[in-house]
Amino acid sequence: MSRRILAVLSLALGVTLTVFAATSSRWTQIPAKEHLRTNPLGGQPEAAAAGAQVYREHCLQCHKADARGDGRKRPSLRSERLQSASDGDIEWFLRQGDLGRGMPSWSSLPEMQRWQVVAYLRSIQ
Amino acid sequence: MFLYPHKRLLQPTLWLLIGLSACLAPAGRAQEKPYFVTYSHDLEEPGNLEVETKTALARPEGSNRYGATAMELEYGLRAWWTTELYLDGQATANDSTLYTGFRWENRFRPLMREHVVNPVLYIEYENTSGADKTILEVVGHDGQSDLASPNGEARREHQHEAELKLILSSNLKDWNVSENFIAEKDLGHAPWEFGYAVGVAHPLRSAASGRNCTFCREKFMAGVEAYGGLGDVAALTMRDTSHYVAPLLGWQLPKGMRLSLSPGFGLTSSSLDRVYRVGLAFEFNQIGGWFHSENGGAQ
Repeated sequence: MSRRILAVLSLALGVTLTVFAATSSRWTQIPAKEHLRTNPLGGQPEAAAAGAQVYREHCLQCHKADARGDGRKRPSLRSERLQSASDGDIEWFLRQGDLGRGMPSWSSLPEMQRWQVVAYLRSIQ
Repeated sequence: MFLYPHKRLLQPTLWLLIGLSACLAPAGRAQEKPYFVTYSHDLEEPGNLEVETKTALARPEGSNRYGATAMELEYGLRAWWTTELYLDGQATANDSTLYTGFRWENRFRPLMREHVVNPVLYIEYENTSGADKTILEVVGHDGQSDLASPNGEARREHQHEAELKLILSSNLKDWNVSENFIAEKDLGHAPWEFGYAVGVAHPLRSAASGRNCTFCREKFMAGVEAYGGLGDVAALTMRDTSHYVAPLLGWQLPKGMRLSLSPGFGLTSSSLDRVYRVGLAFEFNQIGGWFHSENGGAQ
């Protein structure tokens, strides 16, 4: 009986994961109110410097020291997409991640550190 | 390999692990909370391997002191899927030191977006002996009497168990609040047993200082967790169950290392009076890349 329950649960889990793994690009899903948010640390050079430190600790391993990615699965962060994105777009993307495409959610980073990363990414465009 | 409570044996193992990690680990760091029993919705970053030892030190009433360690190998298969292997062992004073079994667990995030409450599904297979004392969860009527049997007697009991958890977790204003509902079933005969774990954690400082530092407040995270048993299908109750509350402190060290400390306090007569926990984690970044060249071919 318990094995049957486990088999059913495993099947349900597999179907759920398959359905949810197929999602469209995150950039097209950003809510309007998030798009309009501005960086509370914008224009502060020290915020970009602190963001560089956070970048080295969390982002560098995938996006590389020059933020140009690996040319394959790990995209460059010096891109037109980033240049045209608002501060709110980038912070939302960091918070949400793109789990289906390998980008973790960084909601576990304190909000101020996410904004510091946004300031850093702005400074390198 | 697992736990040597005597200082002369512990030190070489610990220093070997630290030395290896210092040589191999790039400057990465984990993002996990300092919980020992509670799970949040943080998963391992894809391609990263975290090696962590979780040690519990306690003395059941009328029995000998013991130290039990779970060595955890956690790998991020996908951004939404983490798999972990635990190797458990323990040493009891005036008794023996022994390997007590393994656990293999998988955690999945079924929802690809971040929500106010984020569910994670957890499935574990556990093959341990009755001598396992790591207390990585408390279910059913687990109590200190289960931890008091001599190793020679306890190791004869074999546990083949499946464990399911529903992990609910929220990151709100830099606070993490996590709730776990646990259902465990011995695949042989015993009924489903239930338990819970809840935790709250917060960094001591939200903004990064921008300096390379070890003792900055942003490197520390404090919190508290509570966990205990909820009986079984025959009696869903808190009577004759164990419950604990445990303050937590996590310290992010250089070179991808993390130290976690937690004194736990038993709240019922079935509980241990105190459980002291120490966790030491090492994060190895992108180990999948170690076996592939930059152009995608295997080295």
